[in-house]
Amino acid sequence: MKVLVPVKRVIDYNVKARVKADQTGVDLANVKMSMNPFDEIAVEEAVRMKEGKEHHAAGTVSEIVVVSIGVTQAQETIRTALAMGADRGLLIQSDADLEPLAVAKLLKAVVDEEKPDLVLLGKQSIDGDNNAVGQMLAALLDWPQATFAGKIVLADGKATVTREVDGGLQTLAASLPAVVSVDLRLNTPRYASLPNIMKAKKKEIAVKAVADYGVDTAPRLKVVKVTAPPQRSAGIKVADAAELVAKLKTAGVL
Amino acid sequence: MAVLVIADRDGDTVRDTTHKTVTAALKLSGDVDVLVIGQGSKAAADAAAKIAGVRKVLLAESAGLGHQLAEAVEATVTGLAGGYDAILSPATTDGKNFMPRIAAKLDVAPISDIIEVVSNDTFVRPIYAGNALETIQSGDAKKVITVRPTSFDAAAEGGSASVETVAGADAGKAAFVSEEMVKSDRPELGAAKIVVSGGRALGSAEEFHAVMDPLADKLGAAVGASRAAVDAGYAPNDYQVGQTGKVVAPALYIAIGISGAIQHLAGMKDSKIIVAINKDADAPIFQVADYGIVGDYKVVVPELMAALG
Ligand SMILES: Cc1cc2nc3c(=O)[nH]c(=O)nc-3n(C[C@H](O)[C@H](O)[C@H](O)COP(=O)(O)OP(=O)(O)OC[C@H]3O[C@@H](n4cnc5c(N)ncnc54)[C@H](O)[C@@H]3O)c2cc1C
Ligand SMILES: Nc1ncnc2c1ncn2[C@@H]1O[C@H](COP(=O)(O)O)[C@@H](O)[C@H]1O
Repeated sequence: MKVLVPVKRVIDYNVKARVKADQTGVDLANVKMSMNPFDEIAVEEAVRMKEGKEHHAAGTVSEIVVVSIGVTQAQETIRTALAMGADRGLLIQSDADLEPLAVAKLLKAVVDEEKPDLVLLGKQSIDGDNNAVGQMLAALLDWPQATFAGKIVLADGKATVTREVDGGLQTLAASLPAVVSVDLRLNTPRYASLPNIMKAKKKEIAVKAVADYGVDTAPRLKVVKVTAPPQRSAGIKVADAAELVAKLKTAGVL
Repeated sequence: MAVLVIADRDGDTVRDTTHKTVTAALKLSGDVDVLVIGQGSKAAADAAAKIAGVRKVLLAESAGLGHQLAEAVEATVTGLAGGYDAILSPATTDGKNFMPRIAAKLDVAPISDIIEVVSNDTFVRPIYAGNALETIQSGDAKKVITVRPTSFDAAAEGGSASVETVAGADAGKAAFVSEEMVKSDRPELGAAKIVVSGGRALGSAEEFHAVMDPLADKLGAAVGASRAAVDAGYAPNDYQVGQTGKVVAPALYIAIGISGAIQHLAGMKDSKIIVAINKDADAPIFQVADYGIVGDYKVVVPELMAALG
């Protein structure tokens, strides 16, 4: 079967975002950018499905297509996924930071073309923290969804997914085709080896424009301003537990 | 303007996340209805009817809604959406699961995890792990919003709304298989007044429980964990506090052997008082802690237990 993995280029998770002085957004000039960490997990799982690793039967997946919607440099993100083991890439070039609804509509158009059996994506992008695209794509396709996956078993035309939910774990069976969004415990993504990085250079990345898909990507939300959150100031170091308890009693929290 | 709040049901009652979402909803409009979904949810609907300020409670029951699967919830809620200008749910894993799906069906841009209602079309939400706050104005006729419960006070009890039955959709193309819920007599992480969290330093599941559980019991606290502790299997996934886990804002948060990565801080920096116990005096957690003890938790925690008496 074929798996489609949408990947987003975002601020590196080690970088602390800083708000621009004019309150129009976050300053991304000269900031390290990387693949959204959850999307690395999605790519890794797709590659394991293809390799027949762990509980995935050999031959479960025959082709992995990665798609990114974003600036030209998002090709580097796609290239990373190809080096991890994906087969080919598609960049839908956009200089505008599209909202999840627009991203989901573009991804639906890609799904209509590519006809994958499974869309595997991150549960959340660590810049916008929306946690929305997978669920929205599933709705637009009228496919079942399984979000926050900690384990995925593909068999008998179903994805049996164990989900990380409030209170513990929930397992559900979604008939394929389905959309599955991945959580942190699914796997630990690999680092691409040098030979695979070299091989990835030869893999194909198609580049398209948003306009090629004829979907409405007009923003629905207006960003009024982006501000820094109230800062906490560092408090004091106390000598020992007895002093701590005294302070907490004075503060009225014990 | 009328607002529909989707309740966070807990057996025969509703969680206080529902009360907090009602508070957010009442900032949008005085006409707030609560939808209780599930199977055998009449008692929970009666509980929701007691929340002050609620106009009426809608009860949707069907086998397919039993586990709040997204497809059935979406079909139920979109069927009711015509009567509402905004649909709100707490930003629980259930809410995060079904609300964007509902939004897409309604061709609406969802607004995730709001921490403030500025006006009935403008909201504030954290982005970039809480390192920026975005004020956004929605141009959609209908709003679909998840609410960060820790940012709103709970609506009081004392209401007496009527309960009305509405149609509940059948299950869609996904079926519930099983669940494995963590049993605990302790308060819920999101609602607890005191939270004690353990990190990678604890080193093993046995040590995590041996250190954290007695301390939590003594304080009547909930137990949380860092991602590193969860990844390593010291604590269940449900304990993870942070950007991509649970957000907590208790009166007292005690971080033990946690370094204070931005993703962790995103989930706890709105706590009233933060205490950090860490052997590294330069750990970033101390930059947000009101009180810090530099030391080995193996020494400090037993001393703390003794000092608490
Ligand atoms: C996409 C993504 C999402 C993430 N989401 C989250 C999230 O939601 N929540 C979260 O917590 N993290 C999250 N993280 C992970 C985060 O970046 C950190 O890796 C994690 O929080 C570190 O956990 P820790 O503080 O327990 O471990 P470490 O960073 O290893 O810190 C351990 C600390 O223990 C101290 N220590 C060691 N021994 C002792 C001792 N004997 N006594 C006292 N102190 C001791 C050390 O000095 C150190 O400061 C996420 C990361 C990514 C990439
Ligand atoms: N611009 C994009 N291009 C490709 N995939 C995306 C894009 N935006 C979001 N996604 C995917 O959707 C997931 C959830 O993102 P979000 O709903 O924005 O938090 C991400 O982890 C990605 O897999």
